[in-house]
Amino acid sequence: MTPLTLFLGCVIPNRYPGIEMATKLCLAKLDIDCTDLPEASCCPAPGVFRSFDSPTWLAVAGRNLTLGEDMQRDILTICNGCFGSLADANHLLKENGELRISTNAYLSEIDRQFKGTIDVRHIAEFLYSDVGTEKIKEAVEKPLGLRVAVHYGCHLIKPSRDRGLGSFERPRFFDELVEATGSISIEHPDKMECCGAGGGMRSGLKERSLAMAEHKLSKIKEAGVDCIVNACPFCHMQLDAGQQEIEKVFGKDYNIPVLHYSQLLGLALGFPPDMLGIHMNVVQNRDFMEKLKLSIEDN
Amino acid sequence: MDDWEQFISNRKYYITEKMIMKENNVQEQLKEAGIDILKCMQCGMCSGSCPSGRHTSLNVRRLIRHAIRSQDVLEDEELWMCTTCYNCQERCPRCIDIVDAILKIRSIAAHKGIILPEHKQVIKLLLEYGHAVPIDEANMKKREELGLERFPETVHKDIEALNEVKKLLNVCKLADIIDQ
Ligand code: SF4
Ligand code: SF4
Repeated sequence: MTPLTLFLGCVIPNRYPGIEMATKLCLAKLDIDCTDLPEASCCPAPGVFRSFDSPTWLAVAGRNLTLGEDMQRDILTICNGCFGSLADANHLLKENGELRISTNAYLSEIDRQFKGTIDVRHIAEFLYSDVGTEKIKEAVEKPLGLRVAVHYGCHLIKPSRDRGLGSFERPRFFDELVEATGSISIEHPDKMECCGAGGGMRSGLKERSLAMAEHKLSKIKEAGVDCIVNACPFCHMQLDAGQQEIEKVFGKDYNIPVLHYSQLLGLALGFPPDMLGIHMNVVQNRDFMEKLKLSIEDN
Repeated sequence: MDDWEQFISNRKYYITEKMIMKENNVQEQLKEAGIDILKCMQCGMCSGSCPSGRHTSLNVRRLIRHAIRSQDVLEDEELWMCTTCYNCQERCPRCIDIVDAILKIRSIAAHKGIILPEHKQVIKLLLEYGHAVPIDEANMKKREELGLERFPETVHKDIEALNEVKKLLNVCKLADIIDQ
């Protein structure tokens, strides 16, 4: 197994540190060789910076990639945005000689060079392909029995020709990872739809962006689930903090708990909710916390 | 006049002659980037697949036609209603890199000063902190409560690394977009 280094990005360490802690606990428990990646910056966020100035986007992403290259470790991302930026940039810089030359011209100003020696991974596809659901099932100490609305998010699987993770219309791998924790993935209409946060929508056109999230939440509510599980802190923020904003803007109260996969897995591996920062989410649902407590005591 | 129209009309004062000369190049720049929107047959598969279009005025089929026909696409508000979900690009029967086209047109617009104030703010944060979403006091406390260090192991904790990022952003002239 190639050694890894953890790319934190912005939203996880600076808004949802519980996800950072949960990820570190899970990786340690599964005995995965993954270090910190000191000196990393914003990936930079693809929807905004790639929209403003693609050479800058590529240069900053290129710098982050060289940090992993220096350590001779593949970069592990826990955010679809970071994955999108770094995997796309890595791909472009490896394949496109002209872009590599122009980007390395920028990087040479800070004494760095992109070499193209590592890969960029996302924790969901990494766990699925390199660890496997069987090994995860073996490691599970507390099968959770939760009814889960799985939210893939967009940039984990698309553009599909670059990601190579199979069907973008009806993928299964993330559902299988959720099921490996002893939970059930509940099908619901528009399951694959975007949360509305990307492309600078959440920052630039907040209300329209929330309308998209509200639509998703309404479908999830109808399906009747215990929680939503995502693979991206930006989707997480949109669906979690977004519920409070939606209540203000549209007067609708959903109160659906939202977990990142690292937090769901952390629970199944036996870590208490407080260690995983689940109590730090904006949505606080007492029934859900009771249910978690019961499932922990039952086991 | 709504906010967007007001914003665009204010903008016109700032357009210099040099910028007007550059006006004729959306199509050229797309072509240079290897994105061929002329292949579009206006089938509507993209707009039918667009989740944003269900909640905003974005009609991506129309947006592509606008980009083929006119430089005014740079001022099209709908450019900024795309979440970059890639549904349209995945399903386009002519295999047009629609999202790449939108990103490219946005960046041409941004370089002409057509950029939302909220997005300028995101640029400022990156320039100052190396993070588009920097840490704040409340989250430092959360980190400590979890047993993590107050500052994450990123440029937040390493001033030399932050200066390196700032130097890189300076060489790339990112600040030009907000300074105009
Ligand atoms: S799906 Fe492709 S060909 Fe059809 S209208 Fe959209 S861009 Fe044009
Ligand atoms: S990428 Fe943008 S235009 Fe295309 S379907 Fe998604 S939101 Fe609509």
